[in-house]
Amino acid sequence: MSEPSATAGIDLHARQVRKFRLQDRFFHHSTQVFAFVVLAALVGILVALSIEAWPSLKAFGPSFLWTNIWSVPDDQYGALAAIYGTVTTSVLALLIAVPISFGIALFLTETCPLWLRRPLGTAIELLAGIPSIVYGIWGLFVFAPLFADHIQPPLQALLGDVPIIGGWFSGPPIGIGILTASIVLALMVIPFIASVMRDVFETVPHVLKESAYGIGCTNWEVVRNVVLPYTRVGVIGGIMLGLGRALGETMAVTFVIGNANRINGSLFAPGTSIASTLANEFGEATPGLHIASLFALGLVLFVITFIVLAISRWLISRSMGAEGL
Amino acid sequence: MRTLNKRAQGALAAAMGLAFSVSALAADITGAGATFPYAVYTKWAEAYKSATGNQVNYQGIGSSGGVKQIKAKTVDFAGSDAPVPVADLEANHLVQVPTVMGGVTVVMNVPGFESGKLKLDGLTAADIFRGAITKWNDPAIARLNPGVKLPDLAITVAHRSDGSGTTYAFSHYLAKQSMAFRRDVGAGNTVNWPANGVGGKGNPGVAANVQKIKGAIGYVDIADAMKNNMNFVALKNRAGNFIVPNQQAVADAAAGADFHVKGMAPDLLDQSARNAWPITTATFILAYEQGDAAKQKGVVDFYTWSLNNGQKMAIELGFVPLPPNVVKMVEAEMKHIK
Repeated sequence: MSEPSATAGIDLHARQVRKFRLQDRFFHHSTQVFAFVVLAALVGILVALSIEAWPSLKAFGPSFLWTNIWSVPDDQYGALAAIYGTVTTSVLALLIAVPISFGIALFLTETCPLWLRRPLGTAIELLAGIPSIVYGIWGLFVFAPLFADHIQPPLQALLGDVPIIGGWFSGPPIGIGILTASIVLALMVIPFIASVMRDVFETVPHVLKESAYGIGCTNWEVVRNVVLPYTRVGVIGGIMLGLGRALGETMAVTFVIGNANRINGSLFAPGTSIASTLANEFGEATPGLHIASLFALGLVLFVITFIVLAISRWLISRSMGAEGL
Repeated sequence: MRTLNKRAQGALAAAMGLAFSVSALAADITGAGATFPYAVYTKWAEAYKSATGNQVNYQGIGSSGGVKQIKAKTVDFAGSDAPVPVADLEANHLVQVPTVMGGVTVVMNVPGFESGKLKLDGLTAADIFRGAITKWNDPAIARLNPGVKLPDLAITVAHRSDGSGTTYAFSHYLAKQSMAFRRDVGAGNTVNWPANGVGGKGNPGVAANVQKIKGAIGYVDIADAMKNNMNFVALKNRAGNFIVPNQQAVADAAAGADFHVKGMAPDLLDQSARNAWPITTATFILAYEQGDAAKQKGVVDFYTWSLNNGQKMAIELGFVPLPPNVVKMVEAEMKHIK
């Protein structure tokens, strides 16, 4: 007489399975909708930017990208000066920030006394939370005058006569310009890169590190041969996160870059970036080509960010391929 | 920073406005536009509210934003530093009246030179601001400052990086003085500053750059210049006198101008009165010729009250009130706001 109860059990089981399947499907679809909202927003922004930028794209064509003119009175626009400023400040910022962040992360995970780890780590995370405008104001009122009086003149004296790179440090030391913007940007991205690096360094299994120490490796050898290969993907990701932030940073850069729509070979000279041009000119832009060109600049920034993302993906997949993952 | 502070206040005012509009006081009015007169408009609005109980919200979103908003009929009045052309006023059925005046001052940071001790004329200023004169000991500057030792110091031109009515007035003045300036730099809200230029955001940004950079010269409105204790350049006016900017010199410039023109926006630059400050400007409000009766009355009441009670507040904030005869003309012009 066990048969009926068995079928009842199966029925109950089937109902349960159906219910679970429905729940799963609901869960799947609802999360899918959320994900697609992001995609729709992305496409929407791209379409809106393209539509608004169209008059400018039509008037200047692809030469918009390599024309070094931004003249509102003549209604002539080209993005080269802004692209140059954006890329130069971001790359310089990374050149400064990556080694420092690397050092911070290594100290925190490898050699820092345990009691100091928490407070130092929290301090770095707090730095990441400071609004960028604060960095901008600090850069303009505190850092720029110090830089002009105490750092630029010695730099000029030291490197000003060296061929090629001497030109990077020429011009009056006014404290505001591409180099100042790069240094302020570096300070802003250090907490991001450092905290990501610290987090990924912490994922390295102790067994691996201890084995390396066990066979007599020094701290540096452990880092080079164990920690870095193990965390390469995360480190690249952290750097790219910092680069993304540097590329789009607006207020802090606007304060210290000098806002001159031109390319100057000197890093002491004022320049401009895409984001700072947008922040400066959008409010009072004249309708027509000016507004359209500002939207076109936005589109260019979008594309640059996309390229950065693509490169980082490629680097990550390449290094994963190299490890045979 | 002041502009930010203003923004925050603007946002707060807007939020409060929203809260109040729920209780729907009929005469609540909203305006938006120029940031230059923001301080005086909000001061008037505050005083007007405590005197009459009526709420006026003004958001400093920039002149072109204000003009856009009033054309789109989303505000009851708009503020603009650059006067709207007469044809545009007629096409959109708008009334334009001046509210307060200001001056654009030339400020400098040259070691050894106190405020008002350095003299320039319009043409030399234009040559400096277009990058043709790059050293403070240039013969052209020396000629205007006989018996004074000028330093061998590079000139840095501090200018606005955002589009602004201050740049509009200043560049138009210099373009009047020099064809070369008109050709190289142009005249408008945003212009092509020379290679030795440094852009700062807002009047406070320019003021900060001038104060931080040795050898800098820049232009800021008189209210901000006074607030920041800037060193003025004495500028030669049309009558041939070197004027250190002050509110009286701005008032003198306006007294000689003829406001009997449609749109009430005569050219106040380079006036010929003996002590006139040469870079004098007015700022304007725009309202509809016709519209919702209660709102229209609200705009007229607010501004009439401000004209009669707000002059002292304007002076304290560094602005210059309209001359008495112009006040009468404005009151007559406002009869067109129905």
